[in-house]
Amino acid sequence: MNNDMTDQSQPITILAAEDDPDDRVLVEEAFQESGQDNSLYFVQDGIELLQYLRKQGSYMIPATAPRPDLILLDLNMPRMDGRDALAEIKADPVLRCIPVVVLTNSNAQADILRTYDLGGAGFIIKPETFEGMVEVAKGLNQYWFEVVELTSGEFIKKVKHNNTAHSFLG
Amino acid sequence: MRKNVKPVIFLMADDDPDDRLLIKEAFQESLVSNSIYFVEDGVELLDYLRCQDKFSNPKDAPTPDLILLDLNMPRKDGREALAEIKSDPSLRYIPVVVLTTSKAEEDIMRSYDIGAASYITKPVTFDGLVEAIRGLGQYWVQIVRLPVMGKTNE
Repeated sequence: MNNDMTDQSQPITILAAEDDPDDRVLVEEAFQESGQDNSLYFVQDGIELLQYLRKQGSYMIPATAPRPDLILLDLNMPRMDGRDALAEIKADPVLRCIPVVVLTNSNAQADILRTYDLGGAGFIIKPETFEGMVEVAKGLNQYWFEVVELTSGEFIKKVKHNNTAHSFLG
Repeated sequence: MRKNVKPVIFLMADDDPDDRLLIKEAFQESLVSNSIYFVEDGVELLDYLRCQDKFSNPKDAPTPDLILLDLNMPRKDGREALAEIKSDPSLRYIPVVVLTTSKAEEDIMRSYDIGAASYITKPVTFDGLVEAIRGLGQYWVQIVRLPVMGKTNE
């Protein structure tokens, strides 16, 4: 009945930064259960997240590290935590067009406020149950890939080509 | 999934009276428990957020939890207003969702680039608009947590 909402039919790539292996499994299974055709990729901390996005280190082959449409970000991670990673992504002209949604155990007001202050596009407290996580996965898919318009990597590449030193999109 | 404790206050900036009416009706269809306030351009939007001029009484202009922003408006357009909100330390924590008729990739990219939390193309039908507002409400009211701060109108 409404073509406006359903015309984004490209495969949906989500990149999740999460240091806890159990939580990675939970997120992966919840997205599988949500019934959407997601390509879900994982990194384990903020350092890996930035390396993935900048195609550095073990993420140099584009096929194994495609540009995500959406980033899910845990806050408490070793090496570089989610707060620092979010600040770095939002300060990078090539990366900051990718929406970042925080998914965390924290329910501290300071974390919520800081997430939005730094440019986060949502703050979700990790549900305690699998069913809850499936609901979140469904809600994320519905909002970000049916209601919202996202930027295409190719377009950003065209526009930013001349004024950025490092290349996210090759 | 925990709901935000207090009802979410939306503020919409749109210069077209027909669009404002449609949005209001779409809200009534889908988000009855939340309130929506309207301003007509970017100048009014910033006045509202800074409690200036005709918005100096906080009761008439409660701090919004989320801003819905049209791009093409007279006086100060959505792009300028967005840039101004996102460079103001006391306002930039408020998520701004662009809601516009434009489907231009350049508008989409530029909106995210200057700090929009999302970009929604206005559906052409009323049913489509109700669906979009329902989806918007589901995400921002039911799924995510928003900061609890600012002045309240309670």
